[in-house]
Amino acid sequence: MEELMEILKSLHPDVDFDKEEHLIDDKILDSMDIVRLVTELTDKFDIKIKAKDIIPENFNSAKAIGALIDRINEE
Amino acid sequence: MMKNMDNKRIITALLSVVVISALIYLVQRLVAPKYADDIVEGGMVSEYYDEKDKDFDVIFIGDCEVYENFSPVTLWENYGINSYIRGSAEQYIFQSYYMLEDTLRYDKPKVVVFNIQSLQFDESRSEAYNRMTIDGMKWSKAKLGCINASMTDEEHLIEYIFPILRFHSRWNELTPADVEYMFRRKRVTHNGYYMRVDALPAGDMPPVKPLGDYSFGDRAWEYLDKIRTCCEDNDIELLLIKAPSLYPYWYPEWDEQVRDYADMYGLKYINFLDETDVIGIDYNTDTYDGGLHMNLSGAEKCADYIGSVLTGEYGVPDRRGDKALSAIWQGKITAYNDEISLQKEQYGIE
Amino acid sequence: MLFTSYGFIGSVLILFVLYYTIPKRLRPALLLIFSLIIYGMADVRYLIYIGISVVTVWYAALGIEKNNKTIKDYIKQHKTEMSATERKAYKKLKGRKSLLFFLAGLFINLGILAVVKYSGFVVSGIWHILSSGTDGVPKIPDMLVPLGISFYTFQSLGYLIDVYRENIDAEHSLPRYALFITFFPQLVQGPINRYEDLAPTLLTPHDADFNVISRGLQRILWGYFKKLVIADRLLMGVTTLIGDTSLYRGGYVLVMMLFYTLELYADFTGGIDITIGIAETLGISMKENFIRPYLSTSLADYWRRWHISMCSWFRDYVFYPVSTSNASIRLSKWARKHISDSAGGKLPVYLSSFVVWACTGIWHGASLNFLVWGLLNFLVLTISEELSPLYDRFHKRFLFSESFPYHVFMILRTFVLICVLNLFDCFTDVRDTLGLLGSIFTRGSFSSMEKGALLGIGLGVSDYVIAVIALIAVLTVSIIEEKYDSSIRDMIRRRPYVFRFAIWTCLFLATIIFGVYGIGYDSSQFIYNRF
Repeated sequence: MEELMEILKSLHPDVDFDKEEHLIDDKILDSMDIVRLVTELTDKFDIKIKAKDIIPENFNSAKAIGALIDRINEE
Repeated sequence: MMKNMDNKRIITALLSVVVISALIYLVQRLVAPKYADDIVEGGMVSEYYDEKDKDFDVIFIGDCEVYENFSPVTLWENYGINSYIRGSAEQYIFQSYYMLEDTLRYDKPKVVVFNIQSLQFDESRSEAYNRMTIDGMKWSKAKLGCINASMTDEEHLIEYIFPILRFHSRWNELTPADVEYMFRRKRVTHNGYYMRVDALPAGDMPPVKPLGDYSFGDRAWEYLDKIRTCCEDNDIELLLIKAPSLYPYWYPEWDEQVRDYADMYGLKYINFLDETDVIGIDYNTDTYDGGLHMNLSGAEKCADYIGSVLTGEYGVPDRRGDKALSAIWQGKITAYNDEISLQKEQYGIE
Repeated sequence: MLFTSYGFIGSVLILFVLYYTIPKRLRPALLLIFSLIIYGMADVRYLIYIGISVVTVWYAALGIEKNNKTIKDYIKQHKTEMSATERKAYKKLKGRKSLLFFLAGLFINLGILAVVKYSGFVVSGIWHILSSGTDGVPKIPDMLVPLGISFYTFQSLGYLIDVYRENIDAEHSLPRYALFITFFPQLVQGPINRYEDLAPTLLTPHDADFNVISRGLQRILWGYFKKLVIADRLLMGVTTLIGDTSLYRGGYVLVMMLFYTLELYADFTGGIDITIGIAETLGISMKENFIRPYLSTSLADYWRRWHISMCSWFRDYVFYPVSTSNASIRLSKWARKHISDSAGGKLPVYLSSFVVWACTGIWHGASLNFLVWGLLNFLVLTISEELSPLYDRFHKRFLFSESFPYHVFMILRTFVLICVLNLFDCFTDVRDTLGLLGSIFTRGSFSSMEKGALLGIGLGVSDYVIAVIALIAVLTVSIIEEKYDSSIRDMIRRRPYVFRFAIWTCLFLATIIFGVYGIGYDSSQFIYNRF
């Protein structure tokens, strides 16, 4: 989770990712951010995030992203 | 309480519909062409409905070759014939048929005079002429039939029902006349006759082009049949004529077909071009546009001639003894003479 | 099938009356029948094309879902006996059948689209590469291009991909699926609807209250106003200017770009207003396709506001898959190692952006100029992304960049950029476009425009007056909606009845009177309907 927060911060230093719950719906993260995030997560966590996982529900908050990572790890 | 609310809603809705409809109607009246000062030909058809007494004995139907070449005032003054011309610009034969149907809704004449020049056209050639003939008609089965028979590919029935859809783009060419004649008509004819007093002698006509095929189209014949049977069904005599216009050229091959048709059905056919000497037409003084149409003098001569035929061969009554009718005609004659002096002044004729 | 034909308007009126008189449960059926009739009336053969698309995708989606269910059931039953690796291997093995269904559906539909729309483009392209001359390019017989084929193909494929990804459940009923694809307003010029957005209101019978219906009618009216009063009026000028590029150069090119860009806006957003409005009157809610695009402050912003359904389609079904593919992850890793961390993050993005913009260009039309147009968009977006640190520093340093005038400047700057890019839509030959753009900067480029030159391109003084007033109205509405982030219709709805009534009546009369339609104006084909 800490690593995730670091990656997020590096994308948008001015956003409070602890609180934001509508990262996608409020257009805080655009498609370029998402792809950068995905490639970094892939790199750091050694997981495979597929295009099908890239839906707003999975990226709207840091918590949701964390849950996505856990789910992929479980599978 | 509930009921009150509902009532209020219904009243508001109804009121809104009424206001919108009224606005659309007003705008429609405003943008519709008035045909008052410029193209008066568009105002002819509707004028008929203003006639108080539509009990005419003779009705002319056809295009400019009827409404410019015969003066009903002369027919009245010389023969006591009560006649009306239901003509319009480039009135196609199918439109003439529906004009006849429309007329029969009001009055059953003794004789219908039809100018056969329009036999040469099987279909409408111009949307504008369609509008000038049809827009003036009152709504009836005849008008609907006329629209359906006339529409060109680019036209739609709905544009006749709501003329605003056709004429909305006139908003930037509106004139004071459009306001002045929003709800009333300006008289443009004398019982359908379009008067011109000036003269332009007939000169050289364009060379006659031979045609590949001289036979008239099937649709044109179909509607001539319809006109004929309609007259038969209503005990009306049908008189076919060709007015004395030198142009557009009237081919002998065409004349022959009409003659054969008339013979077949026992109809009378007068080609005025053959009778110019008898009528006494002088193409130097009796035409205002070089032989295409008659002016006042020519129209009176033609009316006098056809009057003798109508009285002599068809027994059309002399109604000058009818006091009420005479009074109406007296008014018409005054208007007629007024316009003659007005036009003479306008064209600088003493 | 045009929104502006009397036939269309009349048919929709009849539909509307029928829709609200028949029992609720029959309404979807009525919509399907009506949609097929109205689409078939444009050309009966269209029905064959769309029919193939509907049946293949519907069947493929069912196949995928059924197979996936079998896999899941098996795993569930044998949960205890199987290890994680065994489960994975089993999934992979049996998942091939799903993949097969998916690929079959994909290729059949992309294949039809490719053949009817792009075979001429491809053949002449190959010809140009193989031979040096431009003469004698083999002629491909003109194909029947079904109305809206790009739209419905993309909508179908989006559905198929979502089912394959198991993001949505497949639609089991063929008629219901057919209605989702053939629902008539969207066949003219989109939008590309998503199943999960449209299905809830389209396929389930429901009530529509008076307010929703009147909102829909208001939106339709607004759409017709934009289309008839602005778009079709400017189109007369655009047609003249584009028609003779040897005469209309220099200063005229500025007029051409401006008029075309405004016309495109009024035509496309107006058409979408009519589409969404019709759906609304039937109680069906559709996603927005535009959010005041010409008030964008950058090109990236613009592409988040213009033709959203298409952009998000490319984002979800091309951009993400390409950028998260194994190849681009490897590329990213390599770049992180050998170049820099940030390059590792950016390379996949730029690579997939390139692919997306090439596709978007080709989607718009089967010719080279659209490809160039797409890649120019890519270029501008990439450069501004690369320069963004610079911008940020600039903005921090100069506080005026927060000010209102600077905001307006950014909007205008973006608008000019869009105008220039749009010019590439107009001419098949890119050299023509470049020549015209160059002609603006040649000496004396404005001397060819004499006084009154603008009156010589098919528009009269009154047309300009009307167009300007109407555009000001549209701009004002956009600014108000932007400021309050709310629909103008909802703001008007809160006003007294007389006020509302006056507003909508005026708009209605203005559309009827000042609209360009009917005899004398027959050039009102939607520019966007074959895309």
